[in-house]
Amino acid sequence: MTTGLFLTQLLNGLQLGVLLFLLASGLTLVFGIMNFVNLSHGSLYMMGAYFAAAAYNASDGSFAMAALAAVPGTLLLGLLVERVALSGLYRRDHLDQVLATFGLILFFNEVVRFVWGPASVYMNVPQALSGTVDLFGLAYPSYRFAIIAVGLAVGAALYLVIHRTRVGMLIRAGASNAEMVSALGVDIKGLNSVVFALGAALAGLAGLMAGPIVSVQSGMGEPILILTLVVIVTGGIGSIRGAFYGALIVGIVDTVGRAFLPTLLREFLERSVAQAVGPAIASMLIYLLMAVVLALRPQGLFPVRHG
Amino acid sequence: MIRSTLRASVAALALAAAAVGSAQAQAPIKIGFMAELSGPQGALGQDQYDAFMMVVERNGGKLGGVPVQVLREDSQLKPDVATQIVQKLIERENVPIITGITFSNVMMAVHKPITEKGVFLIGSNAGPAPIAGAQCSPYQFIVSWQNDNQAEVVGKYATDKGYKRVIGMAPNYQAGKDFVAGFKRMYKGEVIDEIYTPLNQPDFSAELAQVAAKNPDAVYVFYPGGLGVNFVRQYQQAGLLGKIPLLSSSTTDGSTLPAQRETALGVISGTFWGPDFDNPANKRFVEEFERKFNRIPSQYAAQSYDAALLLDSAIAKVRGNVADKDAFRAALKAADFQSVRGKFRFGSNHFPVQDQHIFEVAKDAKGRVSLKTIATPLKDHVDAYASQCKM
Repeated sequence: MTTGLFLTQLLNGLQLGVLLFLLASGLTLVFGIMNFVNLSHGSLYMMGAYFAAAAYNASDGSFAMAALAAVPGTLLLGLLVERVALSGLYRRDHLDQVLATFGLILFFNEVVRFVWGPASVYMNVPQALSGTVDLFGLAYPSYRFAIIAVGLAVGAALYLVIHRTRVGMLIRAGASNAEMVSALGVDIKGLNSVVFALGAALAGLAGLMAGPIVSVQSGMGEPILILTLVVIVTGGIGSIRGAFYGALIVGIVDTVGRAFLPTLLREFLERSVAQAVGPAIASMLIYLLMAVVLALRPQGLFPVRHG
Repeated sequence: MIRSTLRASVAALALAAAAVGSAQAQAPIKIGFMAELSGPQGALGQDQYDAFMMVVERNGGKLGGVPVQVLREDSQLKPDVATQIVQKLIERENVPIITGITFSNVMMAVHKPITEKGVFLIGSNAGPAPIAGAQCSPYQFIVSWQNDNQAEVVGKYATDKGYKRVIGMAPNYQAGKDFVAGFKRMYKGEVIDEIYTPLNQPDFSAELAQVAAKNPDAVYVFYPGGLGVNFVRQYQQAGLLGKIPLLSSSTTDGSTLPAQRETALGVISGTFWGPDFDNPANKRFVEEFERKFNRIPSQYAAQSYDAALLLDSAIAKVRGNVADKDAFRAALKAADFQSVRGKFRFGSNHFPVQDQHIFEVAKDAKGRVSLKTIATPLKDHVDAYASQCKM
């Protein structure tokens, strides 16, 4: 194993991490502030990818148009879903919320199948980012660098919004003690809408960035939703900081494990056994990590600071 | 007691009605069409259905000169749902023929319930090994291929090209391992690594970095459906496509190319048929399909089109009397129709004995991304399990 390969895999892990962060930040806020379990967050990611792909194809391959459709599109969709379907459920218990948002997953999966058909939809990287960059002797796709850059920029922007603005202050206050915030006369309903729409827009951004890499198709939101849930549980529910570090940890552990565990196992297991066991253990790693975190620090690695 | 008598008499009446119907050749023959028509893999079943119905509609709702009624059923990629549908089709609807069947796991669940009732199974996609071998039935006619064929042909091609070191990649489930095994059966060089990825893993960045680091002569992959879209795009984005030849089965086909487009140019794939085949039956098929559906037909459409033509020829031979099972079976076995793949015949296990070709993803005459035939490594190929089949 060369250093170049290891660094490339770290970058791959970082790239998966920032993509997860875009999803986890929205989900963790909704969870932490509104105490609302939103399983349909993955569907907003899917809708973002579909909006992007539709605009990309309609505008003859313009990635800017795709971005213009995906982010505001999911923002509005988030507002609509929150007002129409979810706002009535905040006071219900978690099981009702899980059932209702699971229903939304099925609903959105059928909607995209109905509108765009069952086959996956075409989308490609912008021309300027279609090449590769030479890195430690190995070629690395420029588009994946772009994803890392966008993810880190969003992370920085979120940090500024949350720590330097009035809305951010309210969000932080809401995450610590939602009743107290509303008792102080803050329009908690409006705050909920803002948080939900912001989360939806970030999910849409994740869908836009993932669209050229993964197949845009019905049901694409579910596998990534599971990873996102692992991220927010590991990082600490309600905490943007937790979502950020949790996402990077999960992304890097998952990628590096997948890349090196099978090879490592081959050192002391038979080749065919290692080939069968390696990927299985590698895909379990992040869940093991989550289990350890839950056992030792049930509040997550980077929980919301109270008081 | 009364109930069973009643059931028996109803069944007898139904049989009598069927016999009368076929004698008059007026009442339509019911054909059960079952495939995956919903979910992410619904595109395959839809192509099978569209092509089958194209033949039926062209003939004015008839096959072999006899009116047919096609009962469309969605098996939802769930073997238990498929089994219930089959039961309903056979016991309530009394169908003598069931066609379609997209996935191997569904095929394995319904093969026995269909054939042991003496109902003809005209499979137009899945061809798992057990039913080609020891579990075969005289009531089965698989118009498509045996699953391994599409991997074997690529293995033979890799040998012919003189590739010495190949990496095999597939999703970590039975079919993935079967395809890599099929590839190895005909590949004489060394498989330096086999990488199996979880079936729900959409991103291959870690694996592709390893492939790049090992720099093999070629990579062999089996990534069907959406996985293939992901894999091919990412392989191209990683700058590997021009450098390390990508050999594949079921990864770039009519169902995935519309989403892959230019990113797949240059990918090599092996199968039994391509839209550019130069024979009259195929030209007619491709032209009609494109006019009607405004897309290039996939191999799934081609297989099902052939299934409809096979039924058309066999029903005509028995003049609509499909109740005469021996005569109908002989008529099906004769396979007296013009296949889109050129010549066609059934082997001893009622699987096709056919040429297997290699295609390269390239632009066609109209500038669309499609498959271009570049080699035919296997001629009149018989699948590896035929000798185990005793009918």
